[in-house]
Amino acid sequence: MPSLKDLRVRINSVKSTRKITSAMKMVAASKLRRAQVAAEAARPYATRMARMVEALAVGMPEGAGGPPLLSGHGRDRVHLLILFTSDRGLCGGFNSTLVRATKHMINRLVSEGKEVKVLSVGRKGREQLKREYGRHLIEGIEGLGRKGITWPEALKVAETVTKLFEDGAFDVATVIYNRFKSAISQEVTPMQLIPLPVPPAQPGDNPAQKALYEFEPSEEALLAELLPRNLATQIFRALLESFASEQGARMTAMDNATRNAGDMLNLLTLRYNRTRQAFITKELIEIISGAEAL
Amino acid sequence: MAEKVEFDLVSPERLLVSQAVDMVVVPGSEGDFGVLPRHAPMIATVRPGVIDMHENGAVAESIFVAGGFAEVTGERVTVLAEEAMAVGDITKEMAEARLKQAKEAFEEADSDQARAQAESRIAVAEAMLAVWKQLHPTGH
Repeated sequence: MPSLKDLRVRINSVKSTRKITSAMKMVAASKLRRAQVAAEAARPYATRMARMVEALAVGMPEGAGGPPLLSGHGRDRVHLLILFTSDRGLCGGFNSTLVRATKHMINRLVSEGKEVKVLSVGRKGREQLKREYGRHLIEGIEGLGRKGITWPEALKVAETVTKLFEDGAFDVATVIYNRFKSAISQEVTPMQLIPLPVPPAQPGDNPAQKALYEFEPSEEALLAELLPRNLATQIFRALLESFASEQGARMTAMDNATRNAGDMLNLLTLRYNRTRQAFITKELIEIISGAEAL
Repeated sequence: MAEKVEFDLVSPERLLVSQAVDMVVVPGSEGDFGVLPRHAPMIATVRPGVIDMHENGAVAESIFVAGGFAEVTGERVTVLAEEAMAVGDITKEMAEARLKQAKEAFEEADSDQARAQAESRIAVAEAMLAVWKQLHPTGH
């Protein structure tokens, strides 16, 4: 049986753990709120950008004729997976579910005979993949979102991707990120960036609708300007969602940890009191039996 | 003028302006264009310059944008700009510092991509400086 002192030390240590986890929960909750506001605020730009690209892309020829960012190199041999994970841990299954999904995807692509490269954004993804899939990792970007995700950060990621694409390092790029469903649930979502998937024309759509727009300068020139921007916008949106998801996951994880620490504290306090009582009783018996023996 | 045109200015991080005005003059990359209600739909690139919002025949508000895109539909103008600020907020020091930085970046650029990027930054800074000079013709 542990001594009273051991129990006291243990109780104190659990108490301070509980303090830390509940503070982390509070921090995550406030960051989550800010991240949600940021994601909300970024939506108008993303939707309008998507609408413009769509209006332009519909008029582009199918296949490899169009700009490479839109229609790709016309191959799909080398796949680039872009992983959005967090830099820091203690956020429950946030990173591991994402990494698990990525491993599945890598295995599937490899079994189909494709070459796979992984660009890891965030430290955790890189760490978890390093051992088994280290040869697929090509580059890592870390240190995003210290003060919330900003546009220049998204631009940096987009530039890295564009550069790799222009160097011919890959044919198809897919982002894998945690989509924000609610504060307590995230969903691992793959999103193809290059070539850009263009939604098939709806049967109800008026084909003349597209012709309504005038373009200045030409459609091709506009697309060439718009597509890199669109790439950055998509990445920005995914980063924001991923960041919000991370905070949500951390908040839930820390909430659970705080509750567990509380439970443990109750248990330990009970045991401490019992031991103390048993100790006192034992001492009393000793005194009484000692007195009787006289 | 009863009819108004909805003007939205959007940056990647948030919606900056959304209001109904009589006319908007946008600095298109192939020349400024004014948008009145029922303008023909179009999509255009925007060069670094000043967007003027006209109200009752006078300029009500001017906003500097560092380039972007404009989408015009019959009742709405949407400008997507990566950077925007009120013209009054531009200072000479800021514009000059940016120009200097951009020029340094251009000197140091080691790839075509970096050079193109630096060039566009120079263009933005120069436009900014030009706007400032226009507002402060005496140079103070």
